[in-house]
Amino acid sequence: MTHFIDRRLNPKGKSLGNRQRFLRRARTQIREAVQKSLKDASVADIDKDRKVRISTKGTKEPRFRLDPKAGGEHDFVLPGNKQFTPGDEIKKPPSGDGGGRGKEAADFAEGDDEFEFTMTQDEVLDIFFEDLELPNLVRTTLKDTPNKVWKRAGITTAGSPTQINLIRTMRNAQGRRLALHRPKLKDVEELQAELDALEQNPEIDREKIAALKERIAKLNSKRKWVGFIDPVDVRFNSYTEQPVPTSQAVMFCLMDVSGSMGEREKDLAKRFYMLLHLFLKRRYKRVDIVFIRHTHDAQEVDEQEFFYSRQSGGTIVSTALDKMLEIQKERYATSDWNIYAAQASDGYTQSGDARRCVEMLNNDIMPLCQYYAYIEILDEREMEVFASEESGAELWRAYRTVADGWPNFATKRISKPADIFPVFRELFKKADVA
Amino acid sequence: MSHLLFSEAEWDFPALDRAFKAIEHIALNDLKLDIYPNQIEVISSEQMLDAYSSLAMPLMYNHWSFGKLFAREEAMYRAGYSALAYEIVINSSPCISYLLEENTMTMQALVMAHAAFGHNHFFKNNYLFRQWTNAEGILDYLAFAKKYVAACEEKYGRDEVEAILDSAHALMDQGVFRYRRPPRPSRERTLEKMRARAQYEEESYNELWRTLPAGVEPPATTPTDDPEDDYSGDMKFPEENILYFLEKHSPSLRAWQRETLRIVRNLAQYFYPQKQTKVMNEGCASFVHHAIMNILYDRGMINEGSLLEFMHSHTSVVFQPEFDDKRYYGINPYALGFGMMTDIKRIATEPTDEDRDWFPAFAGNGDWVGVLKDAWANYRDESFIEQFLSPKLMRDFRFFSLFDKADDGAYKVSAIHNETGYRRVRQLLARQYDVSLNEPNIQVKSADLKGNRRLILEHKMHRSVPLDGKTRELVLAHVERLWGHDVGLSETDAN
Repeated sequence: MTHFIDRRLNPKGKSLGNRQRFLRRARTQIREAVQKSLKDASVADIDKDRKVRISTKGTKEPRFRLDPKAGGEHDFVLPGNKQFTPGDEIKKPPSGDGGGRGKEAADFAEGDDEFEFTMTQDEVLDIFFEDLELPNLVRTTLKDTPNKVWKRAGITTAGSPTQINLIRTMRNAQGRRLALHRPKLKDVEELQAELDALEQNPEIDREKIAALKERIAKLNSKRKWVGFIDPVDVRFNSYTEQPVPTSQAVMFCLMDVSGSMGEREKDLAKRFYMLLHLFLKRRYKRVDIVFIRHTHDAQEVDEQEFFYSRQSGGTIVSTALDKMLEIQKERYATSDWNIYAAQASDGYTQSGDARRCVEMLNNDIMPLCQYYAYIEILDEREMEVFASEESGAELWRAYRTVADGWPNFATKRISKPADIFPVFRELFKKADVA
Repeated sequence: MSHLLFSEAEWDFPALDRAFKAIEHIALNDLKLDIYPNQIEVISSEQMLDAYSSLAMPLMYNHWSFGKLFAREEAMYRAGYSALAYEIVINSSPCISYLLEENTMTMQALVMAHAAFGHNHFFKNNYLFRQWTNAEGILDYLAFAKKYVAACEEKYGRDEVEAILDSAHALMDQGVFRYRRPPRPSRERTLEKMRARAQYEEESYNELWRTLPAGVEPPATTPTDDPEDDYSGDMKFPEENILYFLEKHSPSLRAWQRETLRIVRNLAQYFYPQKQTKVMNEGCASFVHHAIMNILYDRGMINEGSLLEFMHSHTSVVFQPEFDDKRYYGINPYALGFGMMTDIKRIATEPTDEDRDWFPAFAGNGDWVGVLKDAWANYRDESFIEQFLSPKLMRDFRFFSLFDKADDGAYKVSAIHNETGYRRVRQLLARQYDVSLNEPNIQVKSADLKGNRRLILEHKMHRSVPLDGKTRELVLAHVERLWGHDVGLSETDAN
């Protein structure tokens, strides 16, 4: 048989080291490219592998090259002559694209300035989430959370029979038997057999019979007091309770869908929610999303309804908060769930409602939440008017007072897609970076 | 048709084995090839991309540029711009060929004939490879290089190593000996040296030095007497191998950095023959697979379906687009090489009068195997074309030559495929494959180690063609990094 070696099952990713080195080398360019490509793309696509086009600045590999266009003379040979005879002149193309090369060829040859490659979802997200960290990621209530699991905690001498550790028990027993020279059953049986044989003719050797009998009795009594298993041998597996951090999160998306929220506003809000969802998904094993839309009253809806159906009516924000509390009580106990909430609105609400919202937040909601983000979506003109953080509509000013009291409450304004990512980054900045 | 080697499109190992044996029989007996032992490996497409991106070597030290290459190749492959190569073959003994698992059985047979016999024969017999590369040692050396670079990364940090490799890679084209024989890299010798150095350090270690307050350095150890480490020794000017010069004489490099330069230099040297024999190497392999597949068919060992599949693949490989074609990207080495070798066979067996005029030495002698084997062994692209390109082939390719002067607004057609032009076209085409004329001829002219330590490089221009300005500055920066002091580059006209 010839030497055929099947390498297909060899470990994959042999060039992973090189790829990491490359990504690291081109970090700046890649970061720019990723941010740009995410900005223009629909957020629903963020969860996929992504083509990134980067400039090769920083990853240039220069070599000395001749440049015949800059001076001197040279000859070259081409295939495929059709009409030329010696002495003919061929006008050089204006761009100096030598030799009549096709455009594609030129693209490849000069393609050194930029190039495109595919990054996996993980690589993209790692760059995007580079220095983001969800605040209060570890539940602050970890100490008193009743969520616990049983964990192995070694071996004990006391326990219930179902937890008996056979291997340890038998090992102890054997050690003890060896140490105390417990006679083996086999030895006793051999002696007994010998005795039985002798007793066929009791007259021959009475003394020996007596000696054997005595010896057997001694061995038997020793076997009795050195038991096969003794209570001191027995060992039990021990378990202790340990608290575990909750590994599931629920994300409440609250949105005002009254007439004042147009497609543009909804689209912006949607992008923010999607990012938040993605981010939570990377941190928690399980993430639930609850969509609550509200006008003058609030409903829980599915995603499609949430983003695409229209409703008319007034705007009472507090109804959404009521609904959220209701759902939370019903389905998402704080002992099992990390609770995140993101609210998007254009900032208008019925007069007087803002105060009620603030009360609810301060008294009921914030104590439950890991994080509460309020996004106010403005148009660009408004953005200029409300350039300062202090000025704003009623809801904004009211929420600012909540933010003062709760570090895990954040308010931000956005007016165009490009704002979302910076805002998102700012909202979830790593504590030590901030 | 009872002795068909295979009839299914899917391959399996027994079929591969049958095909390999049949091909081997033909290669050794009909074509009289002389080959290194073969080692054939089946790999997946991802592994093929891996292999691409590490200069087609089975192992290679880590560097970001390989990652970049991989990313680019992968993107091209996924977008469908480029198909994967069917095979990769490595000039080593045993000769390693990679077969792509997605190939059909016919393709596997073709690839084995192409790589494991065609390329293999060429590697073993061509004078450039015999004289300049060390097929037995290359894998060991690469293993050493990979380990060494990894150890350096660990010890001195990735950035440091990366910087040195970047600079060394920039000078890879200037890191080969073109005229004199390079010293052979010996892994054992290198290892021995490292061991000796480590041992010396151990022996001269003195516990007392640890008690010195921080900042006080122990007295420098006496340098070991190793002629290889004599970096300030005699400099000979001019020196064509810039990497070698820097490795030996740069005043600012540390030992591991010199060793790293040496690794890159040895690699450059290893690949240098391949650069000079693209047409011949691919031509030889294509000719061999073409001959073998046809013989297999003639003997009833493959069926018509396989033959057609093979012909389809073969013709697309040796296709030469014309210069004004959108697909034109230089002269296809497969096409030219295969064309010339087929033509040699024709001249040897059915010559025309013209052929008898041009190739009196072998026209009509019938021994095409002998002529080809002699050509494969003793020529490189440039001399091969100069010697063997026939008027008929020039007519087939419709070759014509252009003269270009940078200041002129137009190219001049200097010769075409006609009676007066054959010799001129052939000569110019041969020049086109002369690596030493197509790469800038840059040498170390002088270095002032006692004064300002300025290093002077000189580019001897061929027909006044200057260096590209942008890359020139970038590469010079790399030279400066390795030299540690000022570097100047002058361009002079050789004529």
